[in-house]
Amino acid sequence: MAGMPTREVLTASDISRSLTRIAHEILERNHGSERVTVLGIPTRGVPLARRIGERLAHTEGGAEIPVGSLDVTMYRDDLRGQPTRTLQRTDLPEPGIDDRIVVLVDDVLYSGRTIRAALDALGDLGRPAAVQLAVLVDRGHRELPIRADFVGKNLPTAATERVDVHLTEIDDVPDAVTISGGEAH
Amino acid sequence: MRHLLSTAELTRDEAVRILDTAEAMAATQGRSIKKLPTLRGRTVVNLFFEDSTRTRISFEAAAKRLSADVLNFSAKGSSVSKGESLKDTALTLQAMGIDAVVIRHHDSGAPHRLAHSGWIDVPVLNAGDGTHQHPTQALLDAFTLRRHLSADGETPAPEDTALDGASVVIVGDVLHSRVARSNVSLLHTLGARVTVVAPPTLLPVGIEPWPCEVRYDLDEALAEAVPDAVMMLRVQRERMTSAGGFFPSPHEYHRRYGLDGERLARLPERCVVMHPGPMNRGLEISAEAADSPRSTIVEQVGNGVAVRMAALYLLLAGEEGIA
Repeated sequence: MAGMPTREVLTASDISRSLTRIAHEILERNHGSERVTVLGIPTRGVPLARRIGERLAHTEGGAEIPVGSLDVTMYRDDLRGQPTRTLQRTDLPEPGIDDRIVVLVDDVLYSGRTIRAALDALGDLGRPAAVQLAVLVDRGHRELPIRADFVGKNLPTAATERVDVHLTEIDDVPDAVTISGGEAH
Repeated sequence: MRHLLSTAELTRDEAVRILDTAEAMAATQGRSIKKLPTLRGRTVVNLFFEDSTRTRISFEAAAKRLSADVLNFSAKGSSVSKGESLKDTALTLQAMGIDAVVIRHHDSGAPHRLAHSGWIDVPVLNAGDGTHQHPTQALLDAFTLRRHLSADGETPAPEDTALDGASVVIVGDVLHSRVARSNVSLLHTLGARVTVVAPPTLLPVGIEPWPCEVRYDLDEALAEAVPDAVMMLRVQRERMTSAGGFFPSPHEYHRRYGLDGERLARLPERCVVMHPGPMNRGLEISAEAADSPRSTIVEQVGNGVAVRMAALYLLLAGEEGIA
């Protein structure tokens, strides 16, 4: 795509610091980790959830933090008109989600439609005491009344730009968040 | 792929993708809320020109669990019994604004005709046509077998795996069996070794090019194949129109080709016993074999819903069908 070249907006250490801060904010908000379950939304929300879970456990002196994944594909409202999406794993850790504080984790918050689907999926799986949302990047352009509780970085973008999150666990490259495309500012 | 008409048309990647998707569907079926909103607002027609209870109910359950609306159309007592042609039935359904057709027909090739005639422009799923194909049955058999090869049959099979190296023996009325035809090609595509065993009278003319070995003696075949699964076919007496001649007596058939307690005991320890149902107990399978812990017959029925959900999802959810 013509326009601005790819530029790195978050480095590996930026990402690491953001996740550490998010973990602390989660503990602060919920007065500890007692009822917290962390669920990542595939694909890149899953390793991010795992990393946040590790930080929570570390800060809480080795407490067990249930971490899992929640595939929202079958709840999406944009399945039609696109190539068929491959279903991913939903993995609910013990003790389930009833009466838990579920922290959903995704890499980029954009239109909010993925999160809407995630809330519907959760509703079919149980009744959490509360649902909170943690994202690495909030790039704006919401199409639904949804906001994140914990944000790694607010990144004002043009809709024509493309935000990519690279994570070692999935992409086999060093962690980074990049922006590419769009018109010159 | 826009339709699901025959397992012979499936590539290995497509087949594995259906099985993986079915595992994801199966995982949702253990929940208290089994219904998913995925196909909300879509309408699936079950167009059944031939009697079938289990396949129709299985497709209906699959469509409903995905929130599609289901219309059941059976030939008996319908416009078909007044002489309406397949074409006119299809045009009628098209005019009603349906999104997919599941068809079972007594004539081989009817689903293909429906899919490629230009009468309708929606995905067609073959739920069994004549003595030709029954692809979702073969897929649910492969799904069941894949689980048993990796674990105990209840644990989900690892993603992206096929049936490489597995040995499967298919026994019985191959001549009339669309299940056999569908299974032979799918099992072969997925890397399994297939042996077909039947009396010569119950084998079709032209079986030579099938990707399987053909044997007449069940005991020899079982000893040589060392199977991971034995698939018993139903003896389809309703299709045996010429008076007799296929085998001398039910008793003799059972003695030579039936799975009885003795043969069951000689099977390798890991070998499972499969049957597409409905069974003729005492003919192709003894009660002892049908009710043994190795029998996957009830499991197959449950897996059928997940596999049909996967097929409906892959053909209906996106715009392009299976990419």
